[in-house]
Amino acid sequence: MKENIEILTKKFGRNREALIPILQAIVEKNSYLSEEAMNEVAKQLDISAAQVYGTASFYSFLDTVPRGKNIIRVCKSIIAEMKGKKEIIKTLENVLKIKVGETTPDNMFTLLETNDIGWSDQEPSMLINDQPYTNLTSEKVIRIINEYRK
Amino acid sequence: MSSQNLKKTDMIFGLCHTTDVEHLLPGGVCKTNEEKFVVLEEVIKKDPQDIIDDIIESGLKGRGGAGFPTGLKWKFASLSPEKEKYVICNADEGEPGTFKDRDILLKVPAKVFAGMTMCGYCINAKKGYLYLRGEYKFMLPELRKVLDSFHEVIKKIGYDFHIDILLGSGAYVCGEETALMESMEGHRGEARNKPPYPTVEGFRNKPTVINNVETFVNVTMIQKFGVAEFKKLGTQDSRGSKVFSVSGDTPKPGVYELELGMKLSDFVDEYGDGDTKAVQVGGASGFCVPRKKFNETIIGFEGIPTGGSMMLFNSSRSMYNVLTNYLEFFAEESCGQCTPCRVGCQQLIRGIRAVKCGQKSPDYLDALLKLTASMKLTAKCGLGQSVANSFSSIVSNFTEEMIY
Repeated sequence: MKENIEILTKKFGRNREALIPILQAIVEKNSYLSEEAMNEVAKQLDISAAQVYGTASFYSFLDTVPRGKNIIRVCKSIIAEMKGKKEIIKTLENVLKIKVGETTPDNMFTLLETNDIGWSDQEPSMLINDQPYTNLTSEKVIRIINEYRK
Repeated sequence: MSSQNLKKTDMIFGLCHTTDVEHLLPGGVCKTNEEKFVVLEEVIKKDPQDIIDDIIESGLKGRGGAGFPTGLKWKFASLSPEKEKYVICNADEGEPGTFKDRDILLKVPAKVFAGMTMCGYCINAKKGYLYLRGEYKFMLPELRKVLDSFHEVIKKIGYDFHIDILLGSGAYVCGEETALMESMEGHRGEARNKPPYPTVEGFRNKPTVINNVETFVNVTMIQKFGVAEFKKLGTQDSRGSKVFSVSGDTPKPGVYELELGMKLSDFVDEYGDGDTKAVQVGGASGFCVPRKKFNETIIGFEGIPTGGSMMLFNSSRSMYNVLTNYLEFFAEESCGQCTPCRVGCQQLIRGIRAVKCGQKSPDYLDALLKLTASMKLTAKCGLGQSVANSFSSIVSNFTEEMIY
């Protein structure tokens, strides 16, 4: 962990402005921020661990609890609701055999809901990691999940 | 039914439907229609004061929703003797039902970068930042590519300005300009007290101009076509065109560029499904307009201003569900630093549920309306202040749906 974060502080620097880019890079690699990672970042940036946790916990994409390798975020805006978001959640829960908020036992997927992701013209929509998927149907969702399982 | 009165324009996306930046080079042409697009090189030969005067004269107001006159903002920042200044493009488009900046950044990012550079030239800043919402991270590789060639162009023109892209991490409130700067500085996205305004003390406490993505494109197009052409569009109070995000119960959801100052009834004629009961203008933080007021409602700064979100609801929709969805959104996205917003959002949800299930009498809605009025007065930033907009417009226009 120490070495990994040293690489990041070399890249982004050690001042406060580097904090969020560093946390983003850790999440990109490990899906979430472990206590160990946050403590190490605090040490290397010479700020308190509370500062690191306080900042991370503010942002919904900087998870501080364990997440699966692929994080699914289904849009829950009113437009998504109107266009069939419930059906999409039901399909995902069936396919992954988990509920919203949970992670599959093989650690492959975490299923979450999120606020408007900027695709109201093509709802229902979801993000898997950074990739948006739009105009979703149950069939399409199953196909997409199967692709990630390969 | 297509409305004859609705004026479609093509200023934002027109001219260059390309991410190429070569057309910004001296003598460069846009590949799609062979038209010259050398505006950036011409602009940096002008007197900065003349450019600012142009933008003031054009009447351009900020396209993020708040509508502050762009030229004045630039003027304030330009007047500061500070050596270190910044330009920020706010691409943290988080308002529910908004997605126009997504299309602008996907289709014409060079126009955004050009507008930022012009701003840098006017206020004497050497550094610009594009703060992109985390949800749009998928755009990053393409944007970086365009930005690289853009930097080459600037270098060839012999000008010194550099733009960096920073990513958000899923916090709506960071669209508020001072919360965004807190986030850029590595902190929780909690809004600052204003004044001082960003043009005096912004990013790193230095004078900063922060504008919406679309505003920067407008600046580029004003420089390209001239103030007179821009002023031909819109009305006296609302100059120019606006990019709208149309969603909900409509046969043609999407991004449309329309002249400001239109009647909502004309908009509904064009985009409605024939059974439109209400339009939410400006997203969750905007206003809900019921059918009976379509005819008297103007979309623009003289009527209802909007960042562009237009959500249509037909008569099959429950406005109670719409309102609770908005309130849950606000409660979740409230940063929690000021009491009116943190507690107010929670109480509004509880209150409206209590009325719906009969635990509280319908009169209780009046108490809730008073609470939103207090929030408008006392919340620290635009998030808490604007909860009253959707709450009062939905509750007062659809009172029966809130009770039964």
